[in-house]
Amino acid sequence: MELTDTPTEAAFRAEAREWLRASVPATPLPSGDTREGFARHVEWEKQLFAARWAAVSWPARYGGRDASLWEWLIFEEEYYAAGAPQRVTQNGIFLLAPTLFDFGTPAQQDLLLPRIAAAEDLWCQGWSEPEAGSDLAGITSRAVRDEAAGGWRLTGQKTWTTRGAFCTHLFGLFRTDPAAQRHRGLTYFLVPLDTPGVTVRGFGRLDGDEGFAEVFLNDVFVSDSAVLGGVNEGWRVAMATTGSERGLTLRSPGRFLSAADRLVELARSRRLSPRSRDRVVRSWINAQAYQLFTLRQVSELLAGRQPGARSSLNKLFWSELDIDLHATALDLLGPAAELDGPWSRGFLFALSGPIYAGTNEIQRNIVAERVLGLPRA
Amino acid sequence: MDFALTEDQVALRDTVRELLAAQCPPDVVRAAWPAGEPAALDGLWDALATMGVFGAAVPEEAGGLGLDETDLVPLLEEFGYAAVPLPVAETATVVAPLLAAAGDQRLPAVLSGATRVALAGADRLVPYGARADLVLVLTDTQARLVAPEPEPVLPTVDGSRALTRLSDATGELVTDDPELVSSARHRAELATSAQLVGLGRRMLDLTVEYVGQRRQFGVPIGSFQAVKHHLADALLRIEIAAPAVHAAGWALARRRPSRATDVSMAVVLASEAAQDVARAAIQCHGAIGYTVEYDLHLYAKRTWALAAGCDVDAHLDRLAGALDLKEEPA
Ligand SMILES: Cc1cc2nc3c(=O)[nH]c(=O)nc-3n(C[C@H](O)[C@H](O)[C@H](O)COP(=O)(O)OP(=O)(O)OC[C@H]3O[C@@H](n4cnc5c(N)ncnc54)[C@H](O)[C@@H]3O)c2cc1C
Repeated sequence: MELTDTPTEAAFRAEAREWLRASVPATPLPSGDTREGFARHVEWEKQLFAARWAAVSWPARYGGRDASLWEWLIFEEEYYAAGAPQRVTQNGIFLLAPTLFDFGTPAQQDLLLPRIAAAEDLWCQGWSEPEAGSDLAGITSRAVRDEAAGGWRLTGQKTWTTRGAFCTHLFGLFRTDPAAQRHRGLTYFLVPLDTPGVTVRGFGRLDGDEGFAEVFLNDVFVSDSAVLGGVNEGWRVAMATTGSERGLTLRSPGRFLSAADRLVELARSRRLSPRSRDRVVRSWINAQAYQLFTLRQVSELLAGRQPGARSSLNKLFWSELDIDLHATALDLLGPAAELDGPWSRGFLFALSGPIYAGTNEIQRNIVAERVLGLPRA
Repeated sequence: MDFALTEDQVALRDTVRELLAAQCPPDVVRAAWPAGEPAALDGLWDALATMGVFGAAVPEEAGGLGLDETDLVPLLEEFGYAAVPLPVAETATVVAPLLAAAGDQRLPAVLSGATRVALAGADRLVPYGARADLVLVLTDTQARLVAPEPEPVLPTVDGSRALTRLSDATGELVTDDPELVSSARHRAELATSAQLVGLGRRMLDLTVEYVGQRRQFGVPIGSFQAVKHHLADALLRIEIAAPAVHAAGWALARRRPSRATDVSMAVVLASEAAQDVARAAIQCHGAIGYTVEYDLHLYAKRTWALAAGCDVDAHLDRLAGALDLKEEPA
């Protein structure tokens, strides 16, 4: 057991830290969930890619560094500690790409992965529909076979699509077998948003930013190469993506450690009541605990034990932790908490954590049924 | 970076787990209660001594297994899981390593199990004091070995603890080396937190089994979402605390500068997790969880007893100090 960096890891950390120190914009970029801010974030992503920091754990031929999982965690830690911008490529790099590595054809991988890493293609997720949220298997958007044209015609509506108004591509589930029930008969499609028949309408989230979108598809033609994994195999493929989203890849401990450090810094600048002092200490403890939990999880993974449904434990913990860190900071700020600022914005965003990526109620069901083995209702 | 248990750690833990499953089932824990037959405990004590558990963290030259705190944590979890009603965790984690480091000639008798040493806690309360030959008392600056005062046994929530109180803690000095004393205190805190993790696992296992069998409204109660959510949260609490406890063990073994705060984190997380799991476990059992006839209470009460000695406030103080947080003057 060794909880410090090996010499190679330390060298990797030093290199990342140095590059970030020299490169991270001195003033924070405007929110990536606005049109203008998004464009600025894409420029930053291109800078990351040019220096091969965009997707460190990927093979070098796709723009990565073949970094180990440990090194990836180290990069994340350094990234957030340096106060670097939010990753507007996260859906592509951290959610779609792992699925492409597992289920994509070599042609899909060679075509798409480098464009994802380079922030050429910007992906959004098309799962939810107006009538299908937690009950994702209830989606009705459909894909109809067009044998003559060698492809599929998509029709339906997706919603809550994060940054859909700014992205170039959408991945998501569509019903390909109308006779099949629920989880069966779904297919995972990769859809360029500039295809004729697609209409996107952005709208405001809780913080007012245009971070949400509705995506309307009306007889949108995509070729066979737009299918990821097999036809009617979409559920299995999608679960791989959502596993990444709940688990490690989307929310590594780095961002919470850095939030905890900022919280402690804020707390140091003032005299604390015993109550708020304890709150700060507890929030900080939980951030450290999440890191140790993920280090254990990565060790298990490297020993060949996939986290599987246990990634729902990550999701439950990081989403509550994020709220707790921000609520504690607002508590310290007192009347100033009402003002717009990084903590109040962060708090609003944190509130969505227990909702997106499968609500925490759904995660608890998954933990109970698939980790503890309790009977299904 | 590597936070996996080694093969050796897993093997030793599994051996101890099997031994405890055979030698420390709920009946043996019950035997330690006032109406029980304490002779039933001797076999358990001897078996653990024979296995070498008491000397796990004693150097090989001194007759031990030469392991460290990182190796101990998985064993301590097992002691908690079984609610071992004897000062086994205390001996292996605190007493034996301290006597070894101090070059005390009583070590061999402790390792062989011939001399049973209990560890005094806060307020001079001594768990297992009524069953010990000697009591180790740790103050801020000293470690002393004191004659036990086996009477009276204090009425307590966990009747298996044979709790006594020392009126005279003078005894004999073992060491006043501040390093040895502070390490011993940290190890005692580690032992408590790791046992609490194990207790949490035991209570959760019992509950998962029960709610899968008990039927109401024609279905297993484990299929009700309210029950599921209690238990999913219980698992999360344990799974978050456990790595923090193991990391604290590693920090002690490596003498990391952060070790005191690492241990404090472990205590806070483990004691609160185990207490929350106890509540969820009792709630999900219904009335049967509220009896002394069913086994759950043995583990819940040990949880409360260990948690009572944790002094979470002191650990939060320690952490706040390390984080350099200032409280407003009262
Ligand atoms: C910030 C944000 C970003 C998002 N980004 C995307 C995106 O990019 N792409 C996308 O496809 N979706 C996205 N979503 C949508 C998200 O996946 C859904 O909101 C989520 O799956 C819940 O669905 P719903 O909103 O329809 O709520 P509902 O499913 O209607 O749930 C409402 C409430 O009922 C509870 N509930 C529902 N079913 C159960 C059950 N079986 N057991 C217990 N409780 C239950 C829920 O837990 C919740 O509290 C995003 C959401 C947010 C908030």
